[in-house]
Amino acid sequence: MSTESTGTETMPMAKALNAGLRKAMQDDAKVLLMGEDIGPLGGVFRVTEGLQAEFGAQRVMDTPLAESGIIGTAIGLAMGGYRPVCEIQFDGFIFPGFDQITTQLAKLTNRHEGQLQLPVVIRVPYGGHIGAVEHHQESPEAYFAHTPGLRLVSPSTPHDAYWMIQEAIASNDPVMFFEPKSRYWPKGEVDFTSSGAPLHSTRVIREGSEITLLGHGAMVSVLLQAAEIAAEEGTSIEVIDIRSLSPIDYAPIIASVQKTGRLVVASEAPGFVSVSSEIAATVTERAFYSLEAPVLRVTGFDAPFPPAKLETVYLPDADRVLEAVDRALAY
Amino acid sequence: MSYTAATVQLLSPEGTIVESDASAEYLPLIEALSDEQLREFHRQMVVIRKFDNEATNLQRQGQLGLWVPSLGQEAAQVGSAYASKPQDHIFPAYREHAIARIRGVDPLNIIKLLRGTTHGGWNPAEHNNFHLYTLVIGSHTLHATGVAMAMTLDGTTGTGHPETDGAVLTYFGDGATSQGDVSEAFVFAASYQAPVLFFLQNNHWAISVPVATQSRTPLYLRSEGFGIPGIQIDGNDVLASYAVTFANLETIRAGGGPRLIEALTYRMGAHTSSDDPTKYRLDSDVEYWRQRDPISRFETYLRSRGEGDAFFADLEVEAADFAEDIRKRTLTLETPPTGKIFDHVYSEPHPVIDSQKQWLADYEASFGGDA
Repeated sequence: MSTESTGTETMPMAKALNAGLRKAMQDDAKVLLMGEDIGPLGGVFRVTEGLQAEFGAQRVMDTPLAESGIIGTAIGLAMGGYRPVCEIQFDGFIFPGFDQITTQLAKLTNRHEGQLQLPVVIRVPYGGHIGAVEHHQESPEAYFAHTPGLRLVSPSTPHDAYWMIQEAIASNDPVMFFEPKSRYWPKGEVDFTSSGAPLHSTRVIREGSEITLLGHGAMVSVLLQAAEIAAEEGTSIEVIDIRSLSPIDYAPIIASVQKTGRLVVASEAPGFVSVSSEIAATVTERAFYSLEAPVLRVTGFDAPFPPAKLETVYLPDADRVLEAVDRALAY
Repeated sequence: MSYTAATVQLLSPEGTIVESDASAEYLPLIEALSDEQLREFHRQMVVIRKFDNEATNLQRQGQLGLWVPSLGQEAAQVGSAYASKPQDHIFPAYREHAIARIRGVDPLNIIKLLRGTTHGGWNPAEHNNFHLYTLVIGSHTLHATGVAMAMTLDGTTGTGHPETDGAVLTYFGDGATSQGDVSEAFVFAASYQAPVLFFLQNNHWAISVPVATQSRTPLYLRSEGFGIPGIQIDGNDVLASYAVTFANLETIRAGGGPRLIEALTYRMGAHTSSDDPTKYRLDSDVEYWRQRDPISRFETYLRSRGEGDAFFADLEVEAADFAEDIRKRTLTLETPPTGKIFDHVYSEPHPVIDSQKQWLADYEASFGGDA
């Protein structure tokens, strides 16, 4: 990419992430990228395309094929003063690194009683809609949201991807950066002059008055689509992109529910013990008297992600979201 | 698994210097040591054994939740620790009490960990880069490898200046060699030629499981397949531990890539205070290794060099005083304030942590008096 990072430009999320990583590496010589196939190939999604040629093999490291090794050595590199950004190739392949993430990365600052910071970013392409084989379409964010010591974010647009990856790298805490891979290719406008919001902030992206829809990552575009359809039928829907899964910025969510009185939370991840469940419970605690209906969840089913030919049934679409909207409005 | 023809031994169990083809390379390093350095080896081994015994007693008396004895492994630890340099980083497992003390950590901080007042205990940056104990077996070998990779990136190793070039030394046991993380550490260390020395204390037991269950080949051969030269030493020989570690660290510092040392030793005590070794091992095995004790052989050696009774008598007093001091200070360790639960979960403000900390403070205050 030859574009100067000024003004605005329309580009896909994969390119925006590439630009954000480049900017972070230009701004801070301690930023390193590490992962499988991220060098000459540019990653299986080409997010790191051209970066090794620009910054060299020491700063853009093709690692051995070992996720625990990637995370574990990234921890050591961070102890040595670097800011490693690890790419996990696919959501379902993060689990060999789960131990290092949860027992070490998440806890080392606490174990050191604040005398060690671990600015490690773990990029995780996640979610369905790409017709892939087993382990390539999952949404494992709840495992990590449950772990104290980690921060979790997920952009839904190229603009947010460009800024949030830089903000994640600048964070002195470990950040799990979930990239909705079905949104890698659709284009959107990136404003290179301003992020417009802090990393851990919820954003209302469509104003409405009768019901609030909330989600993150690829689900956000489904919610906007549902809101569009509902508008044609005369229902005014507010849509919220939470952007940060841990911590969650609740103030805009509560304010929205106080206005609309109804909330549907949607995610690709299974609903049992999920981020969606957490939000439903918290909103019920904090906005009980504003609610005109129970908070409803529309999620992936509590079954393994199915073979690709069934993914459109498994993943919530606008129709399933609107079915929940109808139920909520019926109260 | 006991000594073989390949085992490097400089000091026999009888306390005499071993002249052999294998030892010839290392004996000059021993000859270069001063009497004071040799006394220091002995002093550290004796003091830490006394400390270890005191901590075991404190646990039995209910003052510690758990204790992890180092009994029998003093030579492997003391010799290798003295071979390191201040700029080196050391990643221990959780039994490396002697190394901690040599690198400047007050052993009371180890007591804190096992009394339950901290998960850490010291700041590695202020204690000669002696990192925190890691309880998940083998996980830290990857952190050690990462720090070594950082040294390479920084250009603080392999420059041809042995006084300033760095290396990383990481300790783990025979059980840990079965962990995937240790194999992954070998892979990464070899791929990036990271300046890391893998120091394997083969104490023959992973709690109750014998080393034969972990490996059917000698463990020093394990790393060869990863492209990391390995060497086996008599881990109860403080001179071999010192000299072979020193030589390997020099090779690593000079850019020679990672190395592995397997130190054959024996866990004379239990795995931890919760263990019962009488259920799974023979007294005769323990007796076999008692005959190869690291401290008694080194005392014999020092006496053969002319060290008199006074040194050993004074050392007994010093060790006893040290243990007594640890006991006194252990009894003064207090439960941390409850707010510590929330401290340093993150290094930057976090709303959930902040609100829960406040909630707990309010809840405790609601009972009145000093919460």
